[in-house]
Amino acid sequence: MSAGLLYALAGVLLFVLGAAGAMLLAHLLRKVLAFNVMGSGAFLVLVGLAQREGLADPVPQAMVLTGIVVAVAATALALGLMRALHARTGRTHLTEEVRHD
Amino acid sequence: MKRLIRAGVVLAGLALAAALILALVQLPAAVVHLPALVATNLAQSGVEHPVTAVLLNFRGYDTLLEVAVLLLALLTLLALSGGEAPAPVGAADPLLQGLARKALPLIVLSAGYLLWAGAHRPGGAFQAGAVLAAGAVLLQLAGLLPAWAAPRLLLRLGLTLGFFVFLAVAAALLVGGALLRYPPASAGGLIFLIEAGLTLSLGLILAGLFLFVTGRRA
Amino acid sequence: MSLAFDLLLALALLWSAWRSLATPDLARAVVMFIVFGLLMALAWARLDAPDIALAEAAIGAGLTGALLLDALGALSARRARKGEEA
Repeated sequence: MSAGLLYALAGVLLFVLGAAGAMLLAHLLRKVLAFNVMGSGAFLVLVGLAQREGLADPVPQAMVLTGIVVAVAATALALGLMRALHARTGRTHLTEEVRHD
Repeated sequence: MKRLIRAGVVLAGLALAAALILALVQLPAAVVHLPALVATNLAQSGVEHPVTAVLLNFRGYDTLLEVAVLLLALLTLLALSGGEAPAPVGAADPLLQGLARKALPLIVLSAGYLLWAGAHRPGGAFQAGAVLAAGAVLLQLAGLLPAWAAPRLLLRLGLTLGFFVFLAVAAALLVGGALLRYPPASAGGLIFLIEAGLTLSLGLILAGLFLFVTGRRA
Repeated sequence: MSLAFDLLLALALLWSAWRSLATPDLARAVVMFIVFGLLMALAWARLDAPDIALAEAAIGAGLTGALLLDALGALSARRARKGEEA
C-alpha cells in the first residue's frame, strides 16, 4: 500500500463523512464545515490516486490548487448567505420543522 | 422518523464508502502517464516548475475561468451586502498593532518572492496572492485597516486587473491561431506578466471575501 | 517507517474531521476545522505537493478559518444584541 493509495482511502472516508454531515447536520455553519470536509476528501482522492505509484503528478496537483481557491470563494459566499439569512430572519436553520422533533 | 432517516443516511454512507474503497483498491495500472508528458514539454513551456507550467500554460484556460469564477463569487457577496456601512475600526491593541506593522513589509516581501519563485520552484501567483490577502486580514484584525465598504474605482481596477490582463494576453495570442498558445520564446515573460497581475488581483479578491463582509451590522 | 507516519496522519485527519462535525459546541467545531486544515497541509507535504501545501495552509486553514470565526462572531453578536433588547 503506497502513501498515495492510503491518502486516497482516507479521502474517500472524509468524503462520505462530509456528505453524511451535510445531510444530517441542521445548522447552516455546520453544513458549510461538512461541505469543506467533502471537498478536502475529494482533493485527496484526486491526488492520491494519481500518485498511487509513488511518482509526483503535476496535473492533478494544479487542479487541486484551483479547487482549493474556488472552495474558499464558495465558502465565503455560503457564509455570506447564512449571515444575510440570519440578519433578515434570525434563523440559522433552513426550516423551522427541525426544532419540533 | 428522524432517527430512521439518520440511520438510513449512515448506512448509505457506509455502503458508499465500502464500494468506493473496493473500487480504489482494485484499480488497474494507469494507461496515460501525465508526468512524462509534462516533463517532455516542460522546456518549451517558459517555466521550469511543472505545476506552474500546467497551471498557466498547458491548462491555462482553466485558470482563466477560475479567476472569473472568483470574481463572480466576490460580486455576489457584494450584492448581498445591500450597501450597509461596515462597523468602525475596533479598539486597538498596541502590541498587535506593532507586530502587524513589523510583519507587513515581510509579508509583502514573501509575496513577491513566492511570485518570482513560481517559475523555478513551488510558489506562484496563488500562493503569493494568498499571502497578500493574509496580510490584509492581519491589518484589519489589528485595527490598522478599516473593513471595506462598496469598492470605488481604484479597488475595482485592482480586483479586475488580473482577469483582464490574462484575458488580454489570451486574446492577443488568438491571432496566432489558438487561445493561450504562447510562442516559446516569450512564454516565460508572458507567464510572469499574467502571474503578476493575478497576484495583485487574487490578493485583493481573497482579502475582499473577508473584508467586505466583516463588521457588518446584522 | 514513513508509512506508519502516513497512517497516523490519515487517522488524525479522520479524527479531527469527525470531531469538527460531531461536537455540539460551534466554536470548538470551527477550531477543530482549522486543525483539520493544518493537518491537510501536512498531508499535502507528504504527498510531494508543496504548492498545494502552501495554498492549503494559507487559504484552507488561514483564510477559511478567519471567515468561519468572523461568521461565528456575527451570529453570536446578534444573538447577544437581541438578548439585550428583549
